[in-house]
Amino acid sequence: MATQINNKALHTYLLRLADSSLTMGQRLAEWCGHGPYLEEDVALTNVSLDLIGHAQIFYQLAVALSDDSQTADDLAFLRDSHEYRNPIITELPKGDFAYTTLKQYFIDVFSVQLYQALSKSSYEPLSLAAQKALMEVKYHLKRSEAWVERLSLSTDEAKVRMQKALNDLWFYTPELFETDAALNELIEQGVIADLLALKTKWNEQVKTLLQRCQLEIPESGWVATGGLAGEHSEHLGYMLAEMQFLQRAYPGCEW
Amino acid sequence: MSEMKLYEVFIRAKSGLNHRHVGSLHASDAQMALLNARDVYTRRKEGVSIWVVEAEKITASNPEQEHEWFDPAEDKVYRYPTFYPLDKEVENM
Repeated sequence: MATQINNKALHTYLLRLADSSLTMGQRLAEWCGHGPYLEEDVALTNVSLDLIGHAQIFYQLAVALSDDSQTADDLAFLRDSHEYRNPIITELPKGDFAYTTLKQYFIDVFSVQLYQALSKSSYEPLSLAAQKALMEVKYHLKRSEAWVERLSLSTDEAKVRMQKALNDLWFYTPELFETDAALNELIEQGVIADLLALKTKWNEQVKTLLQRCQLEIPESGWVATGGLAGEHSEHLGYMLAEMQFLQRAYPGCEW
Repeated sequence: MSEMKLYEVFIRAKSGLNHRHVGSLHASDAQMALLNARDVYTRRKEGVSIWVVEAEKITASNPEQEHEWFDPAEDKVYRYPTFYPLDKEVENM
């Protein structure tokens, strides 16, 4: 055994993974009954359930690392927004279908590349979890990539909406690759993925598709940051209020 | 929705079996149909392979001609192998 792993930092990172999947899953669940047509409604909620499943796996890994008695459900339903560690992009409101689609595509490319890298983690539980999730996110990517292309190259209205979604979302993406001193240490130890290397890879893949779709990347804008430190947009609070209502009103309630 | 076409979905339950018709769905193109079929019809591990076919590409017999097309086969017993007596030597063929 080489250097000791910093459990606290790894715990925080596992929360980041779990919180990202949970907030993405919750936003997609909001489409239930509101999808553009029946088949897509089913597909969106399928992906939502996959993501909530990934969140559950990562929460369980975090629970296993921690000394306190918090369960995976406690982590999901009893933490407040400043304790959430997801990047802000995953908590953004679902918007219209173009916005949901492009956001999903950005996250899907990220997740595939991230889980591929995490599959090689020196921390075996994380490596196994990433391998399991990878299979599903690969499918999600197939779907969202096809939709980005289909919408961008179709009617004028779809094109306008896709371009607007890109303008609104682009500067939330750098935060996906953000690190701090503790994460950098884990990266050096080979416990988590090299996020800087992923950033180059992600940009390459995403920009190739955007170009093919004749979408233009905005030149400058406010760059989102803060999720890693628990500083979030106002949207997360509303989401948690709705998502956590039942557990907070009826503590310990099961169904 | 007006851009959507109807696709028929066929699923092979496990390798070695035939693809069987399981239902239909709407999609704007074949790729979307395939992805939607995966999400709508194989959520519970119903299959290992999917075919989708644009419904209008299927050439079908006319239901109104059902009787003239299919009834004549009814009294042609000689079309069944059991109609023919077999020699003793080949009885277990």
